[in-house]
Amino acid sequence: MLAGFAVLCAISLVSQTHPIASALSLIGVMGALAVLYLQLGAEFLAAAQMIVYAGAIMVLFVFVIMLLNAGAETEGKPVSRWARFSGMFMMAAFLGIISFIIQAQLPPTGGVTFGAWVGGTAQEIGILLFTTYLLPFEVTSVLILIALVGAIVLARKEV
Amino acid sequence: MVANLWLIPILPLLGFLINGLLGSRFSKQVINFIAVGSVMLSFLWVLKTLYGLYPIDQPLIEHYFTWIQSGSLNISVDFGVDRLTAVFLLIVTGVGLLIHTYALGYMAHEGGYYRFFAYLNLFMFFMLTLVLAHNYLVLFVGWEGVGLCSYLLIGFFFLEGFATNAGNKAFIVNRIGDFGYSLAAFLIFKQFGSTDFTKVFAGANAMPVENSFGLLTGICLLLLVGATGKSAQIPLYVWLPDAMAGPTPVSALIHAATMVTAGVYMVARSSALFLHAPIAMNTVAVIGLATAFFAATIGLTQYDIKKVYAYSTVSQLGYMFLGCGVGAFSAGIFHVMTHAFFKALLFLGAGSVIHALSGEQDLRKMGGLWKAAPITCWTIFCASIAIAGVPGFSGAASKDLILEAAYQHAPWMYWVGVLTAGMTAFYVFRAWFMAFTGEYRGKTEDPHADAGHGGHGHGAPHESPFVMTGPLIVLAFLAVVGGLLSVPKWLEPMYPLHEEAVPSFVELMPALMAVGGILLAFLFYYLKPGLADSFSNALGGLYTLVFEKYRIDELYKATVVDPVIQGSRTVLWKGVDTDIIDGAVNGVGRQSRGMGGILRLMQSGSIRAYAAWVVFGSVLVILAIGVAGGMR
Amino acid sequence: MPPLPFPDTVPLSWYLILSAVLFCLGVAGFVYRRNVITVFMSIELMLNAVNLSFITFSYKLKHIDGHIFAFFVMVVAAAEAAVGLAIILTVFKNRHTLQIDDVNSLKW
Repeated sequence: MLAGFAVLCAISLVSQTHPIASALSLIGVMGALAVLYLQLGAEFLAAAQMIVYAGAIMVLFVFVIMLLNAGAETEGKPVSRWARFSGMFMMAAFLGIISFIIQAQLPPTGGVTFGAWVGGTAQEIGILLFTTYLLPFEVTSVLILIALVGAIVLARKEV
Repeated sequence: MVANLWLIPILPLLGFLINGLLGSRFSKQVINFIAVGSVMLSFLWVLKTLYGLYPIDQPLIEHYFTWIQSGSLNISVDFGVDRLTAVFLLIVTGVGLLIHTYALGYMAHEGGYYRFFAYLNLFMFFMLTLVLAHNYLVLFVGWEGVGLCSYLLIGFFFLEGFATNAGNKAFIVNRIGDFGYSLAAFLIFKQFGSTDFTKVFAGANAMPVENSFGLLTGICLLLLVGATGKSAQIPLYVWLPDAMAGPTPVSALIHAATMVTAGVYMVARSSALFLHAPIAMNTVAVIGLATAFFAATIGLTQYDIKKVYAYSTVSQLGYMFLGCGVGAFSAGIFHVMTHAFFKALLFLGAGSVIHALSGEQDLRKMGGLWKAAPITCWTIFCASIAIAGVPGFSGAASKDLILEAAYQHAPWMYWVGVLTAGMTAFYVFRAWFMAFTGEYRGKTEDPHADAGHGGHGHGAPHESPFVMTGPLIVLAFLAVVGGLLSVPKWLEPMYPLHEEAVPSFVELMPALMAVGGILLAFLFYYLKPGLADSFSNALGGLYTLVFEKYRIDELYKATVVDPVIQGSRTVLWKGVDTDIIDGAVNGVGRQSRGMGGILRLMQSGSIRAYAAWVVFGSVLVILAIGVAGGMR
Repeated sequence: MPPLPFPDTVPLSWYLILSAVLFCLGVAGFVYRRNVITVFMSIELMLNAVNLSFITFSYKLKHIDGHIFAFFVMVVAAAEAAVGLAIILTVFKNRHTLQIDDVNSLKW
């Protein structure tokens, strides 16, 4: 059910003309995914998803949309029928392939029960982060720093 | 004992290096000293070595270093001295020394002085390497090297087109022979596993005599091809007459005494192989005989004094091959030695005559020189007597031995050889009579006019300086008494002599023919000078044919040279080079541009197009991985 | 409200199919939309879908490394969103358009 909700939001994201509508539907997707994470036992990540993604990134998106005063999408160049057809075909192919892989490779195991495995506690993730994956952790913090500096440099007014 | 054989060829090599690299700064005296000095030192070292080794019962082999080591192929640089080598060493260094001395005077007025002596020294180095070599490949080094020096020296006056063409001709025709030699060397290695003389001859002696066409016959025939190229036999003799374009000392040294005898040396050295292949030996004899006869007929008609002697050389080489071909190897080598004496003398004398006449070489314009140049006249007389085969002189001793052996082998060869001997006597004395007797037929130079060479007016013909006539006298002495040096006896351990009784006329006929030829020449050219011309007019067409050297050069040009040139031009140059190779290379460029022109259309600038390409690519990749992973 | 008729255990493959569907929808949006901000949001959607599949697998294998990886994906997505939006701002200041079709001067 939740999945259905997620898919609906995604479709609306893709097909809405106004960017704000798309942004709101993306928030909907995030929320649905967060609940799904919880179901899969990833507590920490569910919380992080809501806080970081839905809370910060989507807000950023909305800010930018408002700033740029983006309107509804105008009518673009008519796409040739050939391009449309090939696009549809590729989409279908993509989807088909991936589902096929999933169906074929995964043994029909048991499913997911809420609470069956709660491995993603903050404590455990923290332990891993600061021991085995210490280097990537530090590197990503540097990455965030770079992104921060870059964004400021790119977007400021020329003096 | 350690003989340090390597010194013998290295000394002239040093002379070449010093004169060649630094000669342009030296004065003539220094160049002379180095050039002649190096050869003299080499000669002295030869004498010392041979004196120390005398009598050379066992060959002395010195191993220097391994040249090629590849799998089972092991070629080392070895020098060896045995009795055969000793004979050749003495000839090469001795006669070479005399000719070097002579050249001091002959080339005194020519340009490129140091270059000439450098090349001469280089030639000595290669020839000595050839003679001292103890395996087929080092011999080949010397073989090729003397061919190279021949080319350099024939084309010495390189500003004249004729000389350079002659040099090219010599080298190219030689190369054809060398091809045969190379094939023979390969076959020898294949058969005997080595090219070293000791091993090859031991192996050959262990094989049965091949009476039909087998591997040994093939090897020997290929060696013969090489020899015909180097020693100017039929069919590869055509370079030798043209080689007279070089300076006369070159003709004497290379084309009379030493290089052209390399072929004979090689055949004699390979006697073990030839004795086991009678078919090849017969071929050698027949070719030698045919060449001797053929060249003698041409020599009868020529007017250029050097050409007469050139054809004489070809003819005498034919005798040497005849000697080897009928089994009398030692007689052939003996003839090499005596021929070196009298032929070098003839050429040097001719050079002296040419020098005396300031460059004139046509016999019809000479005459009466016995007054003006007596030493030259009488030394050439000695040489002519020797080559004619008058008994008691050196040429007769060797030639008679060859003819005896020919008689024992096949009488018809003997008769042809005797006839050729008569012709030899005739043409050699024809030259002598025309040049030295009678009245001077050439134009007398105005004493104040600029003469042919050097710029000092020669005026009337005169004798050459002592530095030129000295060697002439020495060689004349050797030509007279050389017959007393019994080379066959010396070579007996290597080439056993068969002393069979022959009918007495066999020994008499050559002598009779010699005297007859001399008398005939006397008649034609001294007593009745006009007789020769009327005789040749009477013969008409036949005479013209012989005079034009049987038009062999034209034949070769039409059948071999022209088709090759035409073929190269149209097929290889235009067809292959321009169309195929250039087309391929240019085509690659053109294709690249075409492909690039198509590929660049992808850069449309539209981001969405790029996105679409990304998706497309990832679909493909996933498919590929899936297929690789076994997805059906 | 009556209990919703959905089973207690959800088959694992459903999660993966959902992830695939979301991903494909993201790709569709990426390729088809003209507004550059919408394109960016489709990219975020794709990243989320991938996160879902990471966590699903980590549940399956009872291994927590999947969570760590998803965590890093989120971090990178955040950084990329920041920089990307800055770029969009700059392009907008120059070209005054948000249609990516108009930003095509880098052609041959």
